[in-house]
Amino acid sequence: MTPETFETPNLMLALPEIWMLGMACLILVVDLFSSDRDHTLAYWLSQATLLGAIVITVQTQWGLDVTTFTENYVADSAGVVLKVAVLLLTFLAFAYSREYLRERGMLRGEFYLLTLFATLGMLVTISAHSLLVLYLGVELMSLSLYALVAMRRNSPAASEAAMKYFVLGALASGMLLYGMSMLYGATGTLEITAIAEAAAEESRLLLVFGLVFTVVGVAFKFGAVPFHMWVPDVYQGAPTVVTLFIATASKVAAVGLFIRLLSEALGPLHGEWQHMVLLLAVASLLVGNTVALVQSNIKRMLAYSTFNHIGFIFLGFLVGTPEAYGAAMFYAVTYAFTVAAAFGVIMLLSRQGFEAENLDDFKGLNERSPLFALVMLILMVSLTGIPGTVGFYAKWLVLKSVVEAGFIWLAVVAVIGAVVGAFYYLRVVRLCYFEKPEGEGPQPVGSGGFQTVLAVNGLAVLLLGIFPGALVAVCMAAFG
Amino acid sequence: MIELSEFLVLGAILFSLGMAGIFLNRKNAIVLLMSIELILLAVNFNFIAFSTFMGDVAGQVFVFFILTVAAAESAIGLAILVTLFRSRDSIDVADLDTMRG
Repeated sequence: MTPETFETPNLMLALPEIWMLGMACLILVVDLFSSDRDHTLAYWLSQATLLGAIVITVQTQWGLDVTTFTENYVADSAGVVLKVAVLLLTFLAFAYSREYLRERGMLRGEFYLLTLFATLGMLVTISAHSLLVLYLGVELMSLSLYALVAMRRNSPAASEAAMKYFVLGALASGMLLYGMSMLYGATGTLEITAIAEAAAEESRLLLVFGLVFTVVGVAFKFGAVPFHMWVPDVYQGAPTVVTLFIATASKVAAVGLFIRLLSEALGPLHGEWQHMVLLLAVASLLVGNTVALVQSNIKRMLAYSTFNHIGFIFLGFLVGTPEAYGAAMFYAVTYAFTVAAAFGVIMLLSRQGFEAENLDDFKGLNERSPLFALVMLILMVSLTGIPGTVGFYAKWLVLKSVVEAGFIWLAVVAVIGAVVGAFYYLRVVRLCYFEKPEGEGPQPVGSGGFQTVLAVNGLAVLLLGIFPGALVAVCMAAFG
Repeated sequence: MIELSEFLVLGAILFSLGMAGIFLNRKNAIVLLMSIELILLAVNFNFIAFSTFMGDVAGQVFVFFILTVAAAESAIGLAILVTLFRSRDSIDVADLDTMRG
């Protein structure tokens, strides 16, 4: 554990995180000395940082499987896929954020910084190779997210959401840590490969005890039923752009947390945690859908429908073969991009003092903006999982691995869940195309840039549905 | 000599106290922050006990990190509490129920 001589770690391997940290500090200083009320420089620097990080990640880490920093940090292909997804989703969140924030008086440098630090936390989580680094990454992400939710200081709903998120998030961290302390006690090490080796032979009682707390902590961070209480309130109360960030990027990071902790460190205990994840998956598939049916607030509806998708992701995890992990990763990434565009449409229809968060606000969208009604149609059809869309391929890949593993009844439950999901997703489509709004209905606002990015995001979801092969191949190669 | 199991029992008691504080408390949001601290202290106890009995320092290093992060966490928690109090003049847990559905 303690090397005799100090060995310089290979810094080049961790270049994406070092770059993000350096640039975030630079943006902090630049923004401090800039008097621009629009924070234009901070915005463009942030976007350049994210794009630079994508290039660096792919260049330096794809195809590797090496550790550095005395085995605390790992660079591998699975990490690259998740990191690029997180960075792209943050890029989208920034692109959608500017006018939304400006109109509400929230356009401050802090937004960019907190989001960048949260992204850094996600990258660290994804690349962690010891319990300590995993914990630090998760906390850096969570602490920044709590502050982001509370950013609209004069809104009672946002403060309430932030308080709930904070308390339950801290509780989740506590659970995770308690589990980690048990794992440490049982195996005598914090390093993930060493834990996996020790877990394969040590006596199991303390390990299983720690495992239970760890699974609960991870389920809290995912927002899986029955540890989901915070999700709807946070989605509804947070500023929509922050909701977008939490709903997309942090879910992808949670996939990284799951893979590092349960699949790599506790892989030998797969038989034990499979049952727990199975219960979580079934509960998520059943509960989310039934409650989503009766929602009138689209942000809450998307929150409850998240559980259904988390259920699918967990189905992939519990099978535990490399193909199943690849399928779960493909599911999480494509789901995140689809939902990002859905929140983008909500922001498109919102303006100062008015949030287009009720389902009724989408009535007759087709007459006001055929393009974005079409985008909404693509998104909702994809989330439903109708053949020909990317959502269908994701569900199909997961279900295929579930059936191959012999859980046929589980696949049936999942399909029933998806069919129930069709009711509320397609209701949005019906509202957009076949209903008349009362009065005029909210008009699409937003600059040309915003509308272009949103249209491209919608189009990307459509194209992924037509040509899913490349991304599937990348996700499978990451675990191959 | 105090046994390892006694440390673990102490940790478990602290942890359960923290949990109970979060779920039973219906009154004051500051008690929630205190309960979270208790949970983290229970974890620290576990790490230090394991670390001492195994003669491995990694657990104690972990505790330093937990302490630091816990400080940052309470700072953010209290800041959120202040915005909550400003917007509704109350930090009663029972009042945190405006969002439903």
